[in-house]
Amino acid sequence: MRIHTKFAISLFVPIALMAQGGGLEPSDMLKPLKDSWPTYNGDYTGRRYSLLTQIDQTTVKNLTLGWFTKVAAGNGGNVIVGGEGTGNFPAGTASIKASALEVDGTIYVSTPDNAWAIDARDGRELWHYFWKTRGSTHIANRGLGMWHSYLFLETPDNYLVSLDSKTGKERWHKEIADIAQQYFSTPAPVVIGNHVIAGTGNDIDAPGFLSSFDPETGALQWKHYTVPMNPGDPGLDTWPSLDRAQHGGAQTWIPGAYDPEANLYIFGTGNPTPAYTPGRGEGDNLFTCSLIAVNVDTGKMAWYFQTSPHDMHDWDSAQTPVLVDGMFGGKPRKMALTASRNGFFFVVDRVTGEHLITSKYGKDTNWSTGLNKFGGPARDPGKDPSIGGSIVSPTAGGTINWEPPAFSPEAGLFFTSENDAYSIFYLTDLDPRGSMGLGGKEEVSVGNGGSFLTAIDYQTGKIAWRHPYPQGLGGGGGMLATAGKVLFAGDGGGNIVAHDVFTGAPLWHSKIGRVTNAPQTYLLDGHQYLLVATGDTLWSFLLY
Amino acid sequence: MQASGRIVGVALAGITILLIHMSGQTPPVAAPANQARAATGRGRAAAAADAARALATFPAQQRPPGDPALVARGKTIYGINCQSCHGADLRGGDLGGPNLLRSQVVLSDQNGELILPIIQGARQSNGMPAISMSADDVKATATFIHEIVGSSKGQGAPPDSGAPPPNILVGDAAVGQKFFTEKCTGCHSATGDLQGIATRIPDAKTLQNRWVAGGANGRGATNPDRRIVTVTVTQPSGEKVEGRLIRIDDFLVTLANADGTLTTIRRDGDQPKVEVKDPIQPHRDLLGVYTDKNLHDVTAYLVTLK
Repeated sequence: MRIHTKFAISLFVPIALMAQGGGLEPSDMLKPLKDSWPTYNGDYTGRRYSLLTQIDQTTVKNLTLGWFTKVAAGNGGNVIVGGEGTGNFPAGTASIKASALEVDGTIYVSTPDNAWAIDARDGRELWHYFWKTRGSTHIANRGLGMWHSYLFLETPDNYLVSLDSKTGKERWHKEIADIAQQYFSTPAPVVIGNHVIAGTGNDIDAPGFLSSFDPETGALQWKHYTVPMNPGDPGLDTWPSLDRAQHGGAQTWIPGAYDPEANLYIFGTGNPTPAYTPGRGEGDNLFTCSLIAVNVDTGKMAWYFQTSPHDMHDWDSAQTPVLVDGMFGGKPRKMALTASRNGFFFVVDRVTGEHLITSKYGKDTNWSTGLNKFGGPARDPGKDPSIGGSIVSPTAGGTINWEPPAFSPEAGLFFTSENDAYSIFYLTDLDPRGSMGLGGKEEVSVGNGGSFLTAIDYQTGKIAWRHPYPQGLGGGGGMLATAGKVLFAGDGGGNIVAHDVFTGAPLWHSKIGRVTNAPQTYLLDGHQYLLVATGDTLWSFLLY
Repeated sequence: MQASGRIVGVALAGITILLIHMSGQTPPVAAPANQARAATGRGRAAAAADAARALATFPAQQRPPGDPALVARGKTIYGINCQSCHGADLRGGDLGGPNLLRSQVVLSDQNGELILPIIQGARQSNGMPAISMSADDVKATATFIHEIVGSSKGQGAPPDSGAPPPNILVGDAAVGQKFFTEKCTGCHSATGDLQGIATRIPDAKTLQNRWVAGGANGRGATNPDRRIVTVTVTQPSGEKVEGRLIRIDDFLVTLANADGTLTTIRRDGDQPKVEVKDPIQPHRDLLGVYTDKNLHDVTAYLVTLK
């Protein structure tokens, strides 16, 4: 167990560079997830399910801390600096919400404006890249994408930055979205073939979109808007006007999944704007709060399914889609599963978009009157923010938020955290034109009906088990499942916990502090590792 | 294109579980102050409010304050030429002018250079008439617009309208009293612990939030003795420890003893037996029971307890 500081690093960098950083073939990411962790979700399925079996229900109790290391964000020390800004914004303490990549013995991890390469064997920093920002909202960064020896990072001020993975030196940076329009970018780019797929975000009524860039040159390949932008665009009849649609939101906050056979990139979209007030007519406001499939080569939409029609509580549906091939209704089927922020779980056929299941997984979820004609949850307008106050579960934070779920094929179960809290939503802006962004309401939290690690049977949508978190707010930064029939998640109380996938029973834990990301696993020198972050610290466990 | 299909499994049974606190996981967490804005010495109250918010350092907020004389002239010009269509607050008007606070042109404009051609008639086909205005007056108008945009609140919210907050009292006090008598008098009394509650908490919205939560932010309010969460730990041997709950997870429970010292006890599945008593739990159990009308009626009754 060692902790390294920046002072110790510089001596070792040249040696490390000679030995590591072999790069990643794009086709490697099509293989089942096992020895490495080469993309945000590990592989394209979004299952966060590794085939590694050294760590299993029996051996997990032997996990040992190999090393831990702290990263220091900002422009100090031995740092490679890029960026278009002045650089005089304080960097603050790093909080790692990203999924780390692990390729060829090197870990690549990021926070807003920062990327690091770290030796996976002992936690030494190999390089640190810092981006001088122009400003923007610094909420989080979800991680890096990789193509051969190139890395891709999105910055809060909306650049796609390409780095040389061996040296951390910048190759180029390209603008994803306009900071003047108040976009800010948090996603991990997803590399598919010769495409770098980049989402972005915005709170002030700007249209959501997804972009694809050339990994070699950074040239824009296509841009797909998630709301109608032109007369005649599909979905326009669900808005009161084109102007409203163009200011309708549907941001692309979270990396999606990819089906190589259908060549479809499947992702969720954010809430409509204004989020809480009138101003969007009475229609469904497509394609906000939807699961969307686009062709990876063209960006053209193949299908969609709306998971929160005419959302009124900022419950974006950007949550990670999970692609599962399995039996459904007695027949093999290719499906996409997602648990939305609004407390509902969905299964759709991912080739056609056909709706298969809608079920309520938020125990206290109370805003829906049933299903609409498409099979999505129908909103109860009585639960919209109101002058006297509407008591609603979940809160605007959602039953789940951004945290990625996991899936175990052995158990046939989808895992998510579940927070069943209540808020009173007051409408404070009575202007008939509606408010803007997240304005026009006041939300007051009034208590919690429970917090759980929850397993959902994808074939029925029913809860298989709930493991209660006695201190609340479990789930840490997301989930990891393995073929060792173990599920890893932070418990909200400062523990990383291994659970039995069949029952949820805890098998092992370590009190390392509040877990802030979804864990990774990989094989190195014949040993299976578990990597997880708490704020600015990475913890590497392994079986010796 | 949305495929409708058959509907399988809906809804599920509830499981009651004790639980302590909640929080929104939604992004806008604590963040450093708005540095750019502070650095310009911009003194308006909105800047302080923004500083406490997220890092809202977009160009619209980073802009240095406009020359007050120019802003004042721009305001007058706007009132004469623009307001009827775009609204006094720039959020769009009855005559169909779009909301300027979120306009792509306004957000990208620096000193009127993008606004000028539109005022001169570049968008007549979209219904924006050409307006006769000198370049200096366009600049003044743009300065005024940017000043208002710069006072927007975080996360896309518009500037404060200055309108008083709506009165949340929409319930029926008599119906609320009936509900109170049926559901609340097991623990509470209008002449006991809640006597004068509306005097102590004069704001109706605050009162509603507190009574629903069982205290300020769910942590107990009026009676300090009531907010203490206690825990009883019973070992297989029958040995029992009791105290104030400090923290609990699946593996440890920590409690404060009567003398203030702490005891931490290992948990292993069902052993030892751990019972948590939270005085707020009855309030939590009711959260899923209330209708919004219940809320409004009870609040309308409680505001009479002066």
